[in-house]
Amino acid sequence: MGFISIFDVLGPNMVGPSSSHTAGACSIALLAHKMLDEPPSQVEYTLYGSFARTYRGHGTDRALLAGVMGCSTDDIRIPHAYEMAQAQNLTWKFICNETETEIHPNTVDIYLTGISGKSISLRGESIGGGKIRIVRINEIEVDFSGEDNTLIVVHRDCIGMAAHITSCLSQRNINIAFMKLFRENKGDRAYSIVEFDNNVPEDIKEKILEKEDVEKVMLIQVREG
Amino acid sequence: MMNFKNGIELLRLCQANQLPISEIMKIRECALAETTESELITRMKKVLEIMKHSAKTPIAHPHPSIGGLIGGEAQLVNEHRLTGKSLCGPLFSKAICYSLAVLESNSSMGLIVAAPTAGSSGVVPGVVLSLQEEYDLSDDALLPALFNASAIGYLAMRNATVSGAVGGCQAEVGIASAMAASAAVEIMGGTPKQCLDSASIALMNLLGLVCDPVGGLVECPCQIRNTIGATNALTAAELVLSGVKQMIPFDEMLETMYNIGRRMAPEFRETAKGGCAAAPSVCAACATPIL
Repeated sequence: MGFISIFDVLGPNMVGPSSSHTAGACSIALLAHKMLDEPPSQVEYTLYGSFARTYRGHGTDRALLAGVMGCSTDDIRIPHAYEMAQAQNLTWKFICNETETEIHPNTVDIYLTGISGKSISLRGESIGGGKIRIVRINEIEVDFSGEDNTLIVVHRDCIGMAAHITSCLSQRNINIAFMKLFRENKGDRAYSIVEFDNNVPEDIKEKILEKEDVEKVMLIQVREG
Repeated sequence: MMNFKNGIELLRLCQANQLPISEIMKIRECALAETTESELITRMKKVLEIMKHSAKTPIAHPHPSIGGLIGGEAQLVNEHRLTGKSLCGPLFSKAICYSLAVLESNSSMGLIVAAPTAGSSGVVPGVVLSLQEEYDLSDDALLPALFNASAIGYLAMRNATVSGAVGGCQAEVGIASAMAASAAVEIMGGTPKQCLDSASIALMNLLGLVCDPVGGLVECPCQIRNTIGATNALTAAELVLSGVKQMIPFDEMLETMYNIGRRMAPEFRETAKGGCAAAPSVCAACATPIL
């Protein structure tokens, strides 16, 4: 088990009513927002399990919608997410899937499209107390929490990629907390996910993109300092 | 390194350093989270501010919950106290009122602090805010109580659970009550040992409590269970500060709670399939869909 902070006990600061169904849902959607990295224009959610059965009474829908617009769990605009979305010309759709049972009970798939047309799909699980896990990005199984600053590198699975990423980071004097590689098949598209204790400069993305075989770099900054 | 894994180690650190639980918890956080005391205090002041707002707003401005089952209860209790007819005096009446109010804020999508969970978020504010008013304490005087409470909650998260889906309501309101009981003792000048004894008594009184939310919503019985968590905490603190002994140490009580939780049938662990959630009049009332 990781470090338990004072503010894991007295926290999160959140818009109610449920840490798993409201705060956790918002956090998953906020990660989608950060990964898209541009204003959203269209979003579709598929809700599973308990999310599908009780989302209205827990404000899960509003939390999910607010999150993709950049709201964090303590943003008091969450209850007004529908009005906010309308004002931003964001269109939404909620689909309930109550037949799929081989899945964590609080799971959501988010398909998010931005104003330039770029899109991202992810699957998140709300695992209790506001904690979450991202378990799928664009059809590839992954596993990270987004609790720490996270770099996601989409690339072709090839020799030297881990070395390239770590050398870019070490040149900038950035310490790696965790690094994981996820791939579908040998030589296909892969995801390297790197987590940090400290902040990471934005321009690291361009540096990593310089290597061919790197398709895309996403940086999720959670903490300041 | 100033870290502790259980209540015994916490007490040893308190005794060796002649410091209260709140101080040990702050030193631990500074060392392990690489933060500073002033940053901790700034964040805790924010926690207190949110607690106050969520505990007081619904008294003057009640809101119906999104599930439609609750709203306005804190105002009723407040008005009853103001008529002079309160049965249990201002301290208990306010603890009841504020804990109800936080759950009203929570269930109407207001801002709250999960303490340790959203469903049990009224207990700690109910206790510390009622003590503040009745004993004329400054905001700064409440901060040690909150750091103290977080030490108890940390032990529960580390060594047991605070999830209703895993351990029932005893793990949510039960632990919140233990946190508040310990906090109340520190605020009133008790020793670290008395804090842990108070937490142990509070948890003991709520052992076996099931999580049975009507309609799966964080409304009924959650809201009123928070009042029992708050008043139970004050009772535990009163017992300990009077010199009443607690035979079972907190670590053992925590393990007992966890063992009971793990043996609880699934219908009593937040599934909304048993307990109050399955009572006939509730099922009839919920036949009109609210979800």
